[in-house]
Amino acid sequence: MTQDNGNSQDVQERIGVYVCHCGTNIAGTVDVQQVAEWAATRLKRRGVVIGRDYKFMCSSLGQELIENDIKELGLTRVVVAACSPHLHEATFRNACQRAGLNPYLCELVSIREQVSWVHTDKVAATVKSQAVVSGGVERVLRHEPLEPLRVPIHPATLVVGGGIAGIQSALEIADAGYRVYLVEREPSIGGHMAQFDKTFPTLDCSACILTPRMVQAGAHPNITLLTYSEVEKVDGYVGNFVVTIRKKARKINEELCTGCGICQEKCPVKVIDDVYEAGLGYRKVVYTPFPQAVPKFPVMDVENCTYFKKGTCKACEKFCPTNAIDFNQQDEVFSVEVGNIVLATGYDLFDARRVTNYGYGRLPNVFTSLEFERLSNAAGPTNGSIVLRDGKTVPKAVGIIHCVGSRDRNFNNYCSTICCMQGLKFAHLVHERTGATVYNFYIDMRTAYKAYDEFYQRVLEEGTLFVRGKVAEVTDVPRIKDEEGHLIIQCEDTLAGKQRRIPVDMVILSIGLQPRADAKETAKKFGLSCSADGWFIEKHPKLDPVATMTEGVYIAGCAQGPKDIPSSVAQGAAAAARVLGKIQQREMALEPVRASINQDQCSGCRICNNLCPFNAILFHDDRMVSEINPALCQGCGTCVAACPAGAISGTAFSNEQIMAQIEGLMLLNVGEEITL
Amino acid sequence: MEIAPESQAPPSPIPKLIEDLTLLDEVSNRTAGVSRLEMCIQCGTCGGSCPSAADMDHTPRMLFAMIRAGMRKDALMSNTPWICVSCYHCVVRCPQNVHIADVMYTLKGMAIEAKLYRDSTAPDFSQTFVDMVEEYGRSFEFGLATRHYLKHFPLRLPSMAPMGFGMLTRQRMSMTPRRIKGIDQLKTILKKAKEVEAVHE
Amino acid sequence: MSKYLLYPGCSMETSARAYYDSLKAISGPVGLELEEIEDWNCCGATEYLGISLTPAYALISRNLALAAQQNHGKRAVVAPCSACYLNLAKADYYMREQPTLATHVNQALAAGGLSYTPGSLAIRHLLDVLIYDIGLDTIKSKVVRPLTGLRVAPYLGCMVPRPDYEKRWSDHEHPVELDLLLKALGAEVIDFPLKTHCCGGHMTQIGPETAFELIRGLIVSAEAHEADIMTTVCPMCQMNLDAYQGEANRYFGSAFKMPIVFFTQLMGVAFGLDPKDLGFGLELTSARKAMSRVGVETPEPQASAPRPRKDSSLPMPKPLPTKADLAEKVEAAK
Repeated sequence: MTQDNGNSQDVQERIGVYVCHCGTNIAGTVDVQQVAEWAATRLKRRGVVIGRDYKFMCSSLGQELIENDIKELGLTRVVVAACSPHLHEATFRNACQRAGLNPYLCELVSIREQVSWVHTDKVAATVKSQAVVSGGVERVLRHEPLEPLRVPIHPATLVVGGGIAGIQSALEIADAGYRVYLVEREPSIGGHMAQFDKTFPTLDCSACILTPRMVQAGAHPNITLLTYSEVEKVDGYVGNFVVTIRKKARKINEELCTGCGICQEKCPVKVIDDVYEAGLGYRKVVYTPFPQAVPKFPVMDVENCTYFKKGTCKACEKFCPTNAIDFNQQDEVFSVEVGNIVLATGYDLFDARRVTNYGYGRLPNVFTSLEFERLSNAAGPTNGSIVLRDGKTVPKAVGIIHCVGSRDRNFNNYCSTICCMQGLKFAHLVHERTGATVYNFYIDMRTAYKAYDEFYQRVLEEGTLFVRGKVAEVTDVPRIKDEEGHLIIQCEDTLAGKQRRIPVDMVILSIGLQPRADAKETAKKFGLSCSADGWFIEKHPKLDPVATMTEGVYIAGCAQGPKDIPSSVAQGAAAAARVLGKIQQREMALEPVRASINQDQCSGCRICNNLCPFNAILFHDDRMVSEINPALCQGCGTCVAACPAGAISGTAFSNEQIMAQIEGLMLLNVGEEITL
Repeated sequence: MEIAPESQAPPSPIPKLIEDLTLLDEVSNRTAGVSRLEMCIQCGTCGGSCPSAADMDHTPRMLFAMIRAGMRKDALMSNTPWICVSCYHCVVRCPQNVHIADVMYTLKGMAIEAKLYRDSTAPDFSQTFVDMVEEYGRSFEFGLATRHYLKHFPLRLPSMAPMGFGMLTRQRMSMTPRRIKGIDQLKTILKKAKEVEAVHE
Repeated sequence: MSKYLLYPGCSMETSARAYYDSLKAISGPVGLELEEIEDWNCCGATEYLGISLTPAYALISRNLALAAQQNHGKRAVVAPCSACYLNLAKADYYMREQPTLATHVNQALAAGGLSYTPGSLAIRHLLDVLIYDIGLDTIKSKVVRPLTGLRVAPYLGCMVPRPDYEKRWSDHEHPVELDLLLKALGAEVIDFPLKTHCCGGHMTQIGPETAFELIRGLIVSAEAHEADIMTTVCPMCQMNLDAYQGEANRYFGSAFKMPIVFFTQLMGVAFGLDPKDLGFGLELTSARKAMSRVGVETPEPQASAPRPRKDSSLPMPKPLPTKADLAEKVEAAK
């Protein structure tokens, strides 16, 4: 042993080592009993007074073992060799605390994820476990008792995104009596749901169920609606966020505007509406995106406005009965204080032009699902008639292609979950409104969840023709007379085992969902991380689906991954419940494990500033040094490792502690003989 | 009417399908690059894309299902790989990035080795082509076309004559083959390659 | 002058002589210096790969090894033939993807005193080099006889845009590169929907009916778009559509007369070079009538279609910004 100075006892601490079997998870590969015995004998001089193994250390009986030893043997440090700290660090810390030992004097080392699960050689795995335990012992010797930090929780909440998930969240929190700032980028709340015609599987009118919620949110005394606004900056930490918001200039004085709509009527300039009408219809330059918009105030599209381009026109101003048009209005930037944040920023749709073999953008009668929603919507550009792009011809045969851009390594490799049901809904609508022959092309029909498969049955009953096969191409090049003048869908009917060419008049691409184009930027702003696909990552995929690794920031709806309306609403409510739970606590304890910068050693290089995933590091321009906000720091250690000057150290992971752990780990290679 | 007594011989057992689960691995291992054949989700993009699917015994997708099911004989007897025109539409469209065209080349080689093809037109064409390349180091279209058509489409040969004549008079086809200088080097390389191939198959 | 090693491939000396002649003719004007790989051998087309793996890749790789030997600077190998281009690119790519293949191939090459390190050469198709290295501006600047009024169907066939291991092309199904080049020559380019569809490949040899059907489909579509001429980047495509067009006519009882020439031939015409030096006259389906339109006729001013009184049509989605992408790609390629 490297530190051996001949004394029978090198240290004053009394350490207990507990080795978990985890059933056969660990014991199947590691001789756990031997590890415990080895620690008790060979690490005696390092302060180990007891080594035990037990079938499930995390069970209440296992925890009691530790608690009793602390009390009876007077343990001052505890090392548990079991699973990853992610799972049970809190369990064992709590056990120590119950027995009167500071919980930060307990060290959990992983011999499951890092040993038994990745090795097969039992002898080697046992030796490695001993090394890992030895490292834990060396490290725990250098631990210090820590006290958690207590911070107050501001009772207001920021909800970002006014789609159905965000609206639900805002309403739940506001109904509980707390202030909510609901920020929405577009001129109206409502999100994608406001664009849809019917919702599956019940075929409720989307607007009919959404608009009452929108009105409720707009009129709620506890909700401050900030539409046409974006979050610019987030400072602070859980319970005490300071959020800077930019309210873009609508060029409309909201105090004076009555929402009468005359400006919109009189505006002479029409442009293609890429957002609400999905590029399939037009809007004016002064506009509310749709009649039921909340708030009712219009917004001016400065880029296309004749007055802003040429200095003349002002038709809107001339006709406005309340003088609400304000060409000089500027963006407003202000900040609000909130304790918690819910991100419900939604999704973008897959760009169908990327699948060139489906011809979207080249072949006029290939439509995307969102275009079709507008087409079939009574408030849409065709007043709900399902017609071809010429605006009048009713299709006699329609092909609906599932999985466009989804489940495809060339585009998005995940299932967008909603497209199957969406495709079935379209089949029903086309059938009902036009009587056309409808083909649905699918790879797998995914109709999980309540009443979904029944809807599939219904569409089958209506006579929709299902073809199992991913469509190879959509073409307008005929091979035979019957194909002339039609779009031809070429695919393999995999159940018949034959290639088929099916002439149709209209093709609808059930396009998938993808993360917002600026999702990464947003994630950085709020201190979150994104999955490889770009969705926000939840704290735990099963057990903590709406929380994130950043305390006080929650996610809901499609920002977390593709989902339908019921799931989005459920997540919105779940995030609200988590926020309300926090608010009710009034104050909360923060993990004391965090980093700090020795300002004398800091060279001001700012490397750590950009690396910190939680935006916890502040740079003082005046003194040219960085400082860590202890409340924001999550103790991940990134900055500690990155600091070239070695100026940063972390509580519970100081350089000294890490070096000690490494030395402990190396014990088996450099130290005395080990016989097994 | 008297019913004929049943034969005394015991009924022959229903032949059991022999599932050869090593087939998928073998095809994968013999394919250049990483085939990803095991990733096939049977979506049919390949069969839908194929310009010559109509002439195939099985769509590529179906062939891959047969390979996965270990139906060695059926898979190797299929004309599908021989009909493949290497247009790579299936390859770029495949949502699982399976190297479909290269799997087809592998299946051709395996079928030749096992002598499991029904129509020898395509294998013969490949072999004739390869023979000429191995002999001259260059392809020899005139020799190839005449030899091939003579054997497989003798009746079509007269109708092809104007085209062949056109190609010859425009000097777009040469009546005599050209040989590369390093033909011996090439032959040595190919001989060694065949040895290496034999060891690793 | 941009220098490249040239791998012509067998057909350039025989069936695609027009391609070779016109390539030689235009390379001077655009500043393309080509040095032929000495004593190259056949790439095996699509046939050798179906016989046996290691020999097929050894056959291809002998050319790569020779090219690497001859490569005195950082030069790319350029192949004008689609199948040759793909085989060379494929061998290089798969030897990187699967190192055992590289080991086996090099064992074989060693018997002939050669070796090749995968990835040491860039394998490029001629069109790729012309667009992304030489550049459309240079090409445009050499045009003295714009192909005004000539309606051209750009036809790439399969093996140039696919599988595209190095992601060089704007798209696998509907790439724009050849269209842009033809537009730079002043031609009227049709948006040919089958531009990357199959010409039949070797099916003319082993299953002619299938090939004839594919040939017919391509010509019908080009005719439907009122193309005067088709142009290609591939010897096999040219051969199948040109030489087998008569056969297809006999088979279907049709009377197609769609000429198909190499894109380099059209470049030569636009550069004002003598058609005789560009391999014209070697085609079996005569291109004379189509080519007579160039420089002889000027396009009639098109009367714009009467505006419909009430246009109830719905707007089309905007096209993907391929041009901008392309410009970026051109920049990046530099």
